[in-house]
Amino acid sequence: MIPKGLLNPWLFFGAAVLLLAGVLNNDYYLTLINFIGIYTLLVVGLNLLMGYGGQISLGHAAFFGIGAYSSGILTATCGVNPWLALLAGLVICGITAFLIGVPSLKLRGYYLAMATLGFGIIVYIFLNEAEPLTGGPSGLAGIPNLSLGGLELNTPKRLFLLIWPLLGVILGLSANLVDSRTGRALRALHESEAAAQSLGVNTARVKIMIFVWSALYASLAGSLYAHTMNFIAPSSFGFMFSIKLVTMVVLGGMASIWGSLLGAAVLTVLPEILTMFHDYEVIIFGAILMVVMIFLPRGLVRGILDLWEFRRYKKEGGSIPT
Amino acid sequence: MLLELQEITLAFGGLQALDRVSFAVPSGTVQAVIGPNGAGKTTLFNLITGFLAPQSGRVVFQGHEIQGRPPFEVARLGISRTFQLVQLFDHMSVLENVMVGRHRLSRAGLLAGAVRLPWTRQEDKSIREHALEDLAFVGLADRAHQPAAALPLGLKRLLEIARALAAEPTLLLLDEPASGLDAVETERLQEMILALRERGLTILLVEHDMGLTMEVADRIAVLNYGQLIATGTPREVQKNPEVIAAYLGTDWQT
Repeated sequence: MIPKGLLNPWLFFGAAVLLLAGVLNNDYYLTLINFIGIYTLLVVGLNLLMGYGGQISLGHAAFFGIGAYSSGILTATCGVNPWLALLAGLVICGITAFLIGVPSLKLRGYYLAMATLGFGIIVYIFLNEAEPLTGGPSGLAGIPNLSLGGLELNTPKRLFLLIWPLLGVILGLSANLVDSRTGRALRALHESEAAAQSLGVNTARVKIMIFVWSALYASLAGSLYAHTMNFIAPSSFGFMFSIKLVTMVVLGGMASIWGSLLGAAVLTVLPEILTMFHDYEVIIFGAILMVVMIFLPRGLVRGILDLWEFRRYKKEGGSIPT
Repeated sequence: MLLELQEITLAFGGLQALDRVSFAVPSGTVQAVIGPNGAGKTTLFNLITGFLAPQSGRVVFQGHEIQGRPPFEVARLGISRTFQLVQLFDHMSVLENVMVGRHRLSRAGLLAGAVRLPWTRQEDKSIREHALEDLAFVGLADRAHQPAAALPLGLKRLLEIARALAAEPTLLLLDEPASGLDAVETERLQEMILALRERGLTILLVEHDMGLTMEVADRIAVLNYGQLIATGTPREVQKNPEVIAAYLGTDWQT
């Protein structure tokens, strides 16, 4: 029998990060894992909004882009300290999300999806057209590395040691949030807005708070991305990337913190394995989305847990819960 | 008077849902609203709780006009309700459903909750304890950790009441709480309503089960086609010829 405390996923997470930091020295794998970390950040944020709150955003790549370009422009063009640029990105993204959120979140379902989709497209066009500022379609180069206490984070290993502990903290904050008063209000309004309101929940306010909150995650991810790549171009922040993020949320599991990590990991690693299918990436994502929705509608994490519990019930000779 | 309706009027298109309806609910009483289907009972509830605004007239709660205020503000004043079609948070546990009920009595915001400051930890603990008490009151304590969706309808109604009580309301509105309950459950509901009145809670009740209504109501208001046709004690209302006509048709008398 394993003591219950050892099954704590946070211990696993910490141990895995330490282990990887210790044994892994391959730059390719470390870079891939860093990307998984950055995408997980995005996916957790989107999952709070979409999986827990039931509010669809098809424009999340835009917040990622705003974060990345804030960092990129402020550091490469204006020479601002990267950490200050990152903070500035958060402020810009937060304000943008608030301004977009106030009118959009009055909409529901498809209409909200369309509004955020439109916003994503506008940002994408802006990044392409505002050439003097963003460098246009050819991108923005020369973004400096982050440095921490005099140490320049210029290798994948060093970035790993920033990104993954930071991700651990963000995942922890997210798990706390979900299990807090505001988190309960958020999940409640997802299921019945009327009932939540009848209990004193200001649903409009909670929706805007979580929209801004999730945009902040995206902005942080964008800044990290910019300093990891040292180069950014609009194509990374387009509509297709928003769809990819939604796919990651659905694949890992709506309303699942760990599912976000799994969804991001699978959909980051898969294209690397399937490089020969590069041109068909979109079709493959579509197929994955369909298969998951049909067979594991609650996503990989919940779906696999369900299968496992199902087997245990059968073993115990109990009836299958529905 | 805890709650006063003054000349409430609301029409949906050509349909006069409520026509100059006035009545008052004294503190600490159980007041029932009855009437045939479509008489405007649920509309009345929605007006009191802010889900609808009247075209004219006033809703006065504890001396303040509350008509036209959004539902969450009305709830924060101490008015809780249940729904005719049960509105639970299906994917949350039974306990969590009731914990949401204490939203208006707690204050941890998004950041405080994410960082889990010591005081929010304390607050959450107290929310949990109070919620368990409310669950125990309706007899659902042993199901606290099941998902709400797993409960049978009768228990779902009880959970909705526990959730509304968690907000520690001054006024509780119950919209057909007995519908879908069997005889034993209805009996329990009746005891519960009387126990709540003992505690000093004021209850406004819409109910089709006349047995229950007559047992628990101190006063009854009768609506028919959006008009208030009678108010009085259960006994008075039962004898009122207009009420009899509304329920049984005028032909019955001749």
